Amino acid sequence: MATVTLRNVRKSFGKTDVIHGVDLEIADGEFIVIVGPSGCGKSTLLRMVAGLETVTSGEVEIGGRLVNKVEPMDRDIAMVFQNYALYPHMTVFDNMAYGLKIAKVPKSEIEDRVATAAKLLQLEEYLKRRPRELSGGQRQRVAMGRAIVRKPAVFLFDEPLSNLDAKLRVQMRLEIKALQRELGVTALYVTHDQVEAMTLADRMVVMNGGVADQVGKPLDVYADPRTEFVAGFIGSPPTNFLDTALLPGLSTAPSLGIRPEHLQIEDQGRLTATVSFAEALGAETLIHCRVAGGRQVTVRQDALHHIPAEGESVQLNWADADAMFFDANGRRV
Amino acid sequence: MAERNGMVEKRGAGLWLTHLGLIIGVLFIFFPIWLAFVASTVTQQDISQPPMPLMPGDKFLENYARALTSGVNAPVAAMLVNSLIMALGIALGKIVISLLSAFAIVYFRFPLRKLFFWLIFLTLMLPVEVRIVPTYEVIANFKMLNSYQGLILPLVASATATFLFRQFFMTVPDELAEAARVDGAKPMRFFIDILLPMSRTNIAALFVILFIYGWNQYLWPLLITTDPGMNTIVMGIKQMFPSGDDLADWPVIMATSILAMVPPVLVVVGMQRLFVRGLVESEK
Repeated sequence: MATVTLRNVRKSFGKTDVIHGVDLEIADGEFIVIVGPSGCGKSTLLRMVAGLETVTSGEVEIGGRLVNKVEPMDRDIAMVFQNYALYPHMTVFDNMAYGLKIAKVPKSEIEDRVATAAKLLQLEEYLKRRPRELSGGQRQRVAMGRAIVRKPAVFLFDEPLSNLDAKLRVQMRLEIKALQRELGVTALYVTHDQVEAMTLADRMVVMNGGVADQVGKPLDVYADPRTEFVAGFIGSPPTNFLDTALLPGLSTAPSLGIRPEHLQIEDQGRLTATVSFAEALGAETLIHCRVAGGRQVTVRQDALHHIPAEGESVQLNWADADAMFFDANGRRV
Repeated sequence: MAERNGMVEKRGAGLWLTHLGLIIGVLFIFFPIWLAFVASTVTQQDISQPPMPLMPGDKFLENYARALTSGVNAPVAAMLVNSLIMALGIALGKIVISLLSAFAIVYFRFPLRKLFFWLIFLTLMLPVEVRIVPTYEVIANFKMLNSYQGLILPLVASATATFLFRQFFMTVPDELAEAARVDGAKPMRFFIDILLPMSRTNIAALFVILFIYGWNQYLWPLLITTDPGMNTIVMGIKQMFPSGDDLADWPVIMATSILAMVPPVLVVVGMQRLFVRGLVESEK
């Protein structure tokens, strides 16, 4: 168990800067999720912590020890890869035991540790199988098992659930969270899926173009996004952005963001919109409208409410407290 | 529907025709081998008196024993051993060297990496025969004439096998190397524990090809072995042909030819099972 500290970490590939200086303090036993769209540098950041990429400048510390020049195996970390990276010719047992064998752990202890991990992950009956004889979820578990048996100080996850189908993803998400709680190991988890980020994280890091836009508890980030990007990326359906020019006297900032659940269709509203179509999801209904200037706006309302017909003109209203204004650079004002 | 029926009928007839064609082809190719076998089981007289017999005679044991123990210039048994050592040496040497060079080219970033790869690739375009004189010179200066090293070493470097392993290594996901790195495997450990077992089907397939390549070497052994005790079997057969007025001992020569075919056939049959099993196993 250990803390992880990143100090002004930068990465360039040749002349291209990928990470423009990230600072992060991870407490012992904390579950941190790095989330962002593809190409934002989140995987590169994780791989720098793992030691699979060199750090161009800045400092990476694990457990208070500077590890910039330390090989991955000596960093006291374990990593779970997106495609699991299981050794195809080895049995599940050998896959999990390989790192321990290299570390010259005594045979009886290897067997103990693998047995414990297998029990924890319900893999006991599969220990003699090869990876190709397992389902996606089981392979995922083996990859986790391989990480667990090493008893690392830090778990690193690189989009571990993206190769699973939706149902399994939800199940594994819960398992990962439970496992991390049980083991109390510091975890750094990369994903592009904001639902995973919201549900797993103690704190999340929203990355955008090589910069950490915002670091905070999931609900704080959701309720109080620091930038237009974060407001748009976190939350589903995404935040609506309106041109303040349409709403004279409201603010001098050019952009107004309102989450779909904060919009109401009322008789007397601040904005007129035309209904494009409505998606009834059972418990709730998403109503997609178009406002003057052509922007698309989504209203999320309870299923009990009346659903307006397509082409109908409606009035939209919101509380002042729910309005988020952003300046021309996308910063919150 | 009618068209479909027609196709089925056609395929029925086509099936017989293809089989007939294949059977004729096999007989056509097999006939000379059969003749050689027949000739190795009869007496010299039977062969020289037309018509030549088409059914095996009763001298099988006698002819083969004579070939194996005395031969014409050297006992065939000794030549078989020589050929076996050379073919195994070439096949294994080529596999080891090309595995290592492919590993270096794919997994390590070193200066002029591309250049080295293309240099290796370039040698593909030069057959042994083109560089045979300078190679002979080198081997002669190393005093390796009439030795196994001389037979094996010049043929060991292989661009084809290097290229093949390079292509295979490039299909191995990078994450596997990274996972091994996180697990603490040093490069050679990764190579031996992970890359090598994953390449076993390729190795088996290459072994078959390279063993036969080594076994069938003719020109190179002919040049550098002057001692009959170092002759390999493929060139040995040619050496058995009479020069001048000597009488050819055809039954023994034919027995030698048949014996020369046995090891490659065994390798193909034996390894085929192994690498087909390997292919099925590695199939996801």
